[in-house]
Amino acid sequence: MSTVAAPRTRDEFLEGLWKQNPVFVMVLGMCPTLAVTVSAVNAISMGLATTFVLVASCGLVSSMRRLVPREVRIATYIVIIATFVTAVDYAIQALSLALYDALGAFIQLIVVNCIILGRAEAHASRNPPVTAMVNAAGMGAGFTLGLVLLGAVREILGAGTLFGIALFGAGFQPWVVMLLPPGGFFVLGGWLLAFSWWARRRERREPASHA
Amino acid sequence: MHESAFQVFVGALLANNFVLAMFLGLCPFLGVSNRLETAFPMGIATTFVMLVASLCAFGLNLLLTAFHLEFLRLIAYIVIIASAVQLVEMVLKKHSPALFRALGIYLPLITTNCAVLGVALFQTAREYDFVQSVTFSLGGGAGFTLALVLMASVRERLQLSDVPSVAQGSALALMLAGILSLSFMGFAGLGG
Amino acid sequence: MNESPPAPSAPAPASTRDLVLTLGVVAAVCGLVIVGAYQLSLDAVTANRRAALERSVFTVIPAATSLAEFVALPGGGVAPATPGEVPPGALRFFAAYDAAGNLAGIAAEGVAKGYADSVRVLFGYQPGCQCITGLGVVSHRETPGIGDRIVTDKAFLANFRALDARLNAELSALASEIRTVKHGTKKNAWQIDAISGATITSRAVGKAVNDSAQALLPRLAPELEKVRKKP
Repeated sequence: MSTVAAPRTRDEFLEGLWKQNPVFVMVLGMCPTLAVTVSAVNAISMGLATTFVLVASCGLVSSMRRLVPREVRIATYIVIIATFVTAVDYAIQALSLALYDALGAFIQLIVVNCIILGRAEAHASRNPPVTAMVNAAGMGAGFTLGLVLLGAVREILGAGTLFGIALFGAGFQPWVVMLLPPGGFFVLGGWLLAFSWWARRRERREPASHA
Repeated sequence: MHESAFQVFVGALLANNFVLAMFLGLCPFLGVSNRLETAFPMGIATTFVMLVASLCAFGLNLLLTAFHLEFLRLIAYIVIIASAVQLVEMVLKKHSPALFRALGIYLPLITTNCAVLGVALFQTAREYDFVQSVTFSLGGGAGFTLALVLMASVRERLQLSDVPSVAQGSALALMLAGILSLSFMGFAGLGG
Repeated sequence: MNESPPAPSAPAPASTRDLVLTLGVVAAVCGLVIVGAYQLSLDAVTANRRAALERSVFTVIPAATSLAEFVALPGGGVAPATPGEVPPGALRFFAAYDAAGNLAGIAAEGVAKGYADSVRVLFGYQPGCQCITGLGVVSHRETPGIGDRIVTDKAFLANFRALDARLNAELSALASEIRTVKHGTKKNAWQIDAISGATITSRAVGKAVNDSAQALLPRLAPELEKVRKKP
């Protein structure tokens, strides 16, 4: 890859990971974010599954971008996304039934994750396949990062474990509400608060310079 | 499952509220809930699409199972939902242009509303019969509307309050949703 | 992929033929991907499900070493079942056999609505004593630390060591309905002592077992001889 292309690829990837993080900055894809992040393992699995669908769909959409007429593009994107979600659904069943039960209906709900359709429409349909897939991978990584941060906090507070490993002694009283729906809302709200505060602090420190 | 229609309805409306307990329909919930006047029509439109989706999903499922084509279920459901939303858009545009304009971009976004696909998927997973499916979608839609209206009422009030700027926007909305969700937990076990 | 000339600034609306053609091609490609994924994963998925099933049946019927799947047909009679396929109105159950090929017990699933979503259980039934002798939870979404104690609480699971599931004289239903009662108030062998503080989930388990037993056992009773020996 030429030196001009390499930084651009890295930028494409980082954009989704940090500056336009789907969970904390764009606040998209909320449904699976709150539903499956009761443990860090579930969070990573959902993140990886979504990343796969994102990259594959954006790749296919981008490859077909000059062939699909404007009028039917949304319908086409949806069908493509649904196809890869079905494939991921079977893949997870084949890998681990326990994980499949834990993630439940939210595997199939990846198809209506606003991130994927949004990326396909806004980016993949206007860029060549490699760029589109790199950007999609960045978005997926950002999404996974958001899920893991959320899942880790909820698991630590609500069960006293991280990735299944007990962190505190036997006397730890788990904060069970963190594993229930209200806890999901509170923890995500807390993270958004933290990000917002951190972003403002950065803005105050670097007012003019911004690449 | 041997749940009565009433139990299914009350369950979807309160104890297992689609938004506050099952985390379905959150994007519009956070996006449309800052004004009461748009929240209620959005809820009604979504309920209607959920009902149509539920009926179509029930029929589709019977068809797909009969021909052993279960692996096409997801694609079939999502295509039907996208078509139903198109239909609703066309009907609204013709009969109520003001409402069509008021809802704006959020109308086609009902297609990506997890609640609509969620209705179809959950009723299939729980093997509900026809009556249960219909009451499930109506209860779910009513629950979605209820949560949306509650949220909008509180957020409208909050616009006049002195909220720290760092918390404004989504962070505040999520904290609010958490409190609402906590209060809805009190309905657990209602309906037997 | 880029055989077409650069698109003009305002692309002309596509003809119906183009729309249909594109949708057709997309549908064909996607169909291939789905069917491919389904076929590739079929063996692994079937093996996984079979292994999980055997694990749960052998847990509720410890003496078992093998199992066979049957369906109890709506009009009466039992027939061997194709795994995964249940004719409408039929009830699926498993006959577990010991090493000698004799019937070690019958296992069946039950499902009921719990606190968050469905609670699915598998119970083991002994035709000799007409009682339920084991319970396993197949899937649940109950609250960790509270509802999920149905899986671990020894006192709760002890309810299912000799749970009375006798049929009435006409063999049309259970003689006494299996019910979950408040913690500490169990008096009869057909009652289940709820877990204190987890009433809703405990009731779901009781309802799941009762609904399943009420439907299956009357159909099974006249046909027991057909499943006594390993097929």
